[in-house]
Amino acid sequence: MKKILKHREILLLAIIAVMIAGFASRAQGFAAPGNLANIFNDTSILIILALGQMTVILTKSIDLSVAANLAFTGMAVAMTDAAYPGLPLILLVIMSIGIGACLGAINGYLVWALQIPPIVVTLGTLTIYRGMAFVLSGGAWVNAHQMTPTFLNVPRMPLLGLPVLSWVAIVIVIGAWFVLTRLPFGRAAYASGGNPTAAVYAGIDIGRTRFFAFVLSGALAGLCGYLWVSRYAVAYVDVAIGFELDTVAACVIGGISIAGGIGSVGGAVLGALFLGVIKNALPVIGISPFAQMAISGIVIVLAVVFNARAERRAGRIILRDRAAPEISA
Amino acid sequence: MTDTAHTRRTIPDRLGTKTSRILASWEVLLFGVAVLIFVFNAFASPYFLDAWNLSDATFNFTEKAMIAFAMALLVIAGEIDLSVAAIIALASTAMGAAAQIGVGTPGLVAIGIGTGLACGAVNGLLVSGLRLPSIVVTIGTMSLFRGISYIVLGDQAYGKYPASFAFFGQGYVAWVFSFEFVLFAVLAILFAILLHATNFGRQVFVIGNNEFAARFSGIPVERVKFVLFLLTGVMSGIAAVCLTSRLGSTRPSIAQGWELEVVTMVVLGGVSILGGAGTIGGVVIAAFVMGLVTFGLGLLNVPGIVMSIFVGLLLIITIAVPIIARRIREMR
Repeated sequence: MKKILKHREILLLAIIAVMIAGFASRAQGFAAPGNLANIFNDTSILIILALGQMTVILTKSIDLSVAANLAFTGMAVAMTDAAYPGLPLILLVIMSIGIGACLGAINGYLVWALQIPPIVVTLGTLTIYRGMAFVLSGGAWVNAHQMTPTFLNVPRMPLLGLPVLSWVAIVIVIGAWFVLTRLPFGRAAYASGGNPTAAVYAGIDIGRTRFFAFVLSGALAGLCGYLWVSRYAVAYVDVAIGFELDTVAACVIGGISIAGGIGSVGGAVLGALFLGVIKNALPVIGISPFAQMAISGIVIVLAVVFNARAERRAGRIILRDRAAPEISA
Repeated sequence: MTDTAHTRRTIPDRLGTKTSRILASWEVLLFGVAVLIFVFNAFASPYFLDAWNLSDATFNFTEKAMIAFAMALLVIAGEIDLSVAAIIALASTAMGAAAQIGVGTPGLVAIGIGTGLACGAVNGLLVSGLRLPSIVVTIGTMSLFRGISYIVLGDQAYGKYPASFAFFGQGYVAWVFSFEFVLFAVLAILFAILLHATNFGRQVFVIGNNEFAARFSGIPVERVKFVLFLLTGVMSGIAAVCLTSRLGSTRPSIAQGWELEVVTMVVLGGVSILGGAGTIGGVVIAAFVMGLVTFGLGLLNVPGIVMSIFVGLLLIITIAVPIIARRIREMR
């Protein structure tokens, strides 16, 4: 299994490399280190969100409320910064993570305690959180001139050649890798998605694991709320609308099984970078940005087809879920 | 998707009577909610109790409800289609493009429904042909279908539909009853018959309750699912005809976010998101509830995005309440 996963990530990396080489042949300078660093920085927020989404998907759930969470939290910190310019940035960052975690905890609680299917819960909270962003702001925008310079500048500050935003993403990638592969929580997340029945017998509390997965996803979405608002220097209700699907797409492309239990941090990061490269390349090679949506649609479908075949071949799950399609074959 | 699925599968022979009892009370409850909202609205706004206003209010839900009927069958069979709103966008774009080169009204309707059918076939082939999880497949095709609309239209819009085309979204059959409302009623009856009184409907329930047993009973599971995706595509096409005719123009962002409202309507109507249970009657009442809530709030000048908070809360609360009630009952 490990071999196949490794293969898969190397394959994805190769595809991305070929894509970059192809784009570079059409537009000089696309593969220049500076531009690649730019693409990474541009994709940082998607990478962070995809890692949260991945943790949730591993436990056989899905979090469709991440973008709405981002919008609400971003609005809340931007308004706080505008109203109290004296507050130190670190407090605002902690606040964004805290609000995000609370919103994630609401999702997690509904899934854990009331056993409502995650897709229904997050479909509901998706509209509620974005609606709350409207109620909070009254539909008004928070513009760049209302925000303090520190609030805006810290994520773009260069540090050892890369902006702070990129470093944040790198730290979170390492953190996610550590949590998912070296901590009991990570093991529990894989187990409760891969085979819930066996996980229960092994003494893993599936509900609790899902709850914490949602809290983690919410906290990362909250952090991205601050990062997004400061990067684009504006906060409004429709910020990042529909972005939750991009995070799911990044996971699917990265080989994370929507049925839970399968996937790696490297896959999610590469999946996000894949989308990031396409997004940045389209204008460079003269394709209308309107084509981006259709292209990511095709990529998602292809990735799902590919995933399904890889999973089937792997044959890892010994105790098949009774509803699995293989039974009839 | 969750562990409750296991308990559901362990006692399939008792399920029929048990669920029908719960559902009966569910629809009664929902109907009570609808009446309450109606009375509340009538008191809250002096403009509410007016035949023409109420007739206008039906446009809030008729198009979505048409899709919700087909979606209900799909959800009962254990699948979901998140691409319905994108199908509307693509079908509307196809009709718009045809209208620009002078295709007449019958041709436009055929193109709209045909596009829906084709999109449904794509989803159906991917899900039942290649046996992929419908939720990710339709997230992908959702991007794809709407993406094609964006490629065709960009930031432009199609207008200039033939005058007779306006009938589907703006015409009235008799007095205050619009064409859309009559179509909604007819489709509700047809779907109720299909789900509750035919072999096909029974097969849908069996697949949703226990796909494994369904296969052993000789039910062509993949074929039934394929047909359900086709049906959902066609209904999205019909909804696209109505919506395009009502708005008189097409933008690629048409019907944005409708997939969530359609799913909300289905779940609110008492259809189990885990599959295997639900009625068309429940969906019809849920359509009225959502239409009345949004229309009543609209009369009170509540902005659309705040209404969506109510819809989201409605979705979670209506699912949570029976679960909490059952817990309390079990505690005794």
